[in-house]
Amino acid sequence: MTDNLISRDDWSLHRKGRIDQKRHREKVKDAIKNNLSDLITDEGIIITKGKKVLKVPIRSLEEYHFRYSHEKNKHGGQGNGNSKKGDVLGSDPSGGPSGRGKGAGDQPGVDYYEVEMSVEELSELLFEELELPNMQEKQSKEVETEAYRFTDVRKRGLSGNLDKKRTILENLKRNAMKGEPKIGGITPEDLRYKTWTVHRQYKSNAVVLAMMDTSGSMGNFEKYIARSFFFWMVRFLRTKYESVEIIFIAHHTQAKVVTEEEFFTKGESGGTKCSSAYSLALDLIDKKYPPEEYNLYPFHFSDGDNLPSDNELCYKLVAGLLERCNMFGYGEIVNPYYRSSTLLNTFKSVSADNFKAVTIKDKNEVFSALKAFFSRKDRD
Amino acid sequence: MVKLAKAFGLDFFPMRFELVPAEIIYTVGSYGMPTRFSHWSHGKAFHRLKMQYDYNLSRIYELIINSDPSYAFLLEGNSTIQNKMVIAHVLAHSDFFKNNSYFQKTSRKMTETMACNAARIEEYEQQYGHHEVETFLDAVLSILEHIDPRHHIGEKKEEAPIPKVTEYDDLFALGKTASDVSKLSRQIKQFPSQPDKDLIAFIARNAPGLEDWQRDILWMLREEMLYFWPQVETKIMNEGWATFWHLRIMRGMDLTEDEAVEFSKMNSNLVLPSRASINPYHLGLAIFEDIYKRWDKPSAEETLKYGRRPGLGMEKIFQVRETENDGSFLRNYLTEELVEELDLYLYKKVGHEWQVVETDWEEVRDGLINSIMNGGHPYLEVENGDYCGSGDLLINHCFEGQELDIAYLEKTLPHVYLLWGKPVHLKTVIEGKHVKFSYDGKKNSRQLL
Repeated sequence: MTDNLISRDDWSLHRKGRIDQKRHREKVKDAIKNNLSDLITDEGIIITKGKKVLKVPIRSLEEYHFRYSHEKNKHGGQGNGNSKKGDVLGSDPSGGPSGRGKGAGDQPGVDYYEVEMSVEELSELLFEELELPNMQEKQSKEVETEAYRFTDVRKRGLSGNLDKKRTILENLKRNAMKGEPKIGGITPEDLRYKTWTVHRQYKSNAVVLAMMDTSGSMGNFEKYIARSFFFWMVRFLRTKYESVEIIFIAHHTQAKVVTEEEFFTKGESGGTKCSSAYSLALDLIDKKYPPEEYNLYPFHFSDGDNLPSDNELCYKLVAGLLERCNMFGYGEIVNPYYRSSTLLNTFKSVSADNFKAVTIKDKNEVFSALKAFFSRKDRD
Repeated sequence: MVKLAKAFGLDFFPMRFELVPAEIIYTVGSYGMPTRFSHWSHGKAFHRLKMQYDYNLSRIYELIINSDPSYAFLLEGNSTIQNKMVIAHVLAHSDFFKNNSYFQKTSRKMTETMACNAARIEEYEQQYGHHEVETFLDAVLSILEHIDPRHHIGEKKEEAPIPKVTEYDDLFALGKTASDVSKLSRQIKQFPSQPDKDLIAFIARNAPGLEDWQRDILWMLREEMLYFWPQVETKIMNEGWATFWHLRIMRGMDLTEDEAVEFSKMNSNLVLPSRASINPYHLGLAIFEDIYKRWDKPSAEETLKYGRRPGLGMEKIFQVRETENDGSFLRNYLTEELVEELDLYLYKKVGHEWQVVETDWEEVRDGLINSIMNGGHPYLEVENGDYCGSGDLLINHCFEGQELDIAYLEKTLPHVYLLWGKPVHLKTVIEGKHVKFSYDGKKNSRQLL
């Protein structure tokens, strides 16, 4: 049978599939970047604080082409005996038809797969665009740090700082001048070293006051949104700024300074007086963090369901905060089923430039809130 | 085994069997060919196959390439009995490739051609940038199914360039009557003169702004698709045929009891029917067995009605494997009895539920045929390559009762725009209304016609 051969080759260098798989992964990562707003409010991230690696379910990239609608057309199937009209094969978990992201259900061609991503990676993508706005260099408490930067190339230096690329270029040049276009015969005169200079960096101290409404009207959704926001805010501040102090204030009718742990886990109940938090913040600022020395950033998240008689006081206190602070950020979590709030209405007449308010109706708006508060553009 | 297969009358190409690790099987499975060009979509398919394998969700035991000689890849981890079944199976595939009429035009040297194509595309990547080439491949792949596999039948495609409308046309029209002028302008609009199913070829030939390397890629990928197309069109038959024969070849061999058990387990996995789809191995096998039976031992009625003589089963199935494709195979041989016996039905989304909506055998047969016509892809034609007189591309979806996926449609048009270089339009039917979708380079729009 010379006609029919069985052979066994060495395939160990065959990597085609893996190489293209890598390219697909890269493209998925780009897609993740565009979907940050959905990802950062993923429960898994906020809840498992200590966990380093996340498994993020990602839709793999679609290969678009002209195709029939799966939903609107008939398909063939095969039963095990006596299928009748009206037999149900399955149901669509997502419920009604919606634009994108229909439930996986029986839909073919919806591939989900998990991408492993560390919180750091995600943070890096996210924080690329964020910055504390209106940062000012405050007089008295400047912290000076030294930073080293390689800035020059010299003929002498420490052998650890040998610049190999430049050395080879020098060698090439020298050989070329002798009419020999080659690398080789490196002599001490070819050697080049990198040297550094010391830069002084000044950092300004910043204090962020994170205030959260923990009253009874804050349901699970509202708390979740507020905590997602603060989770990323804290992470962002700690990643990007060395000397930023964060003070956590929880309030209902009364406000108190709490630990980070309590802030992210404890629920309270009762009525709401937002003024309590604002006056506590003002108090702290006046006693501990004078505006001449600190960049101050109070943020407050609430469902806006404030005691109406308290609103006027809130307005006054916020005006006081605005005088002292670089920026005051107010986030109102709007439950789509509720009436519009009273607190945001109260703030409508605030005209100060450093006052910023956002409303959040949906999980994925946490990202836009972060961007609104920490946008870079504002600096210009 | 080869002798046994030949004794049964199978007529296949010389075979080359390669024993390979799983990784290679998945590469071949995801690329369609070990030598094919690189693209992230292949990497995605590779990842999916590999994952299914790693989690033991599915296994590909074999892969065969339609070429002369035929290359078949056997999985290293297969047991002896598995490999025997695979060999029996692929011998029948090779016979099918060699003898089915729809494969007569396929190049048997495609392995080499694809290797050359891959090398050329890689060269373009180095020359014009990886991103540039990838974006272009994305666009071509989005309409790759829209070729004309019967392009060699009938007259040659016109090569005439678009008669350009110039500002001097009114001078040329001097002295001509009004009707002449309108005839002239009608001529200009009639491009192509007949609707052209081959989108890829039409674009490669006529898209105004493409560079040579881009046209080259279009032609290369079209050639590859023409090669794959018969496999798409004969999936049920081809798998049915291979299953029909591996059963007989294995039965003709001396198997120990253990081997026989292992074999029947494997075989029943292969032909396991599914509630939500049609298993081509199962359906194809059932139809071939049925044809064999009805021509070998015709019923009294068949003898009376068609004058069918007994004992022609074998001859008949060989004739069927030579002349039919899936569409005609189901049309001619999926009988009422089979639809009932196999419990075939059509299902559809009703409200939030997927429900069985059709069990009447003719409806079911026609529904199945509908779903595989044109390889299961919508039938599109270039209707006008100079639409609106401004060089726009107008594509017509020849509506046959199945609506398009609008979300996908709107994501695909920009790809076509990239190829054509000017606005593209597509006519189709949505909920009984004629609709035209357009993409002008910036945004999608739709218009009721």
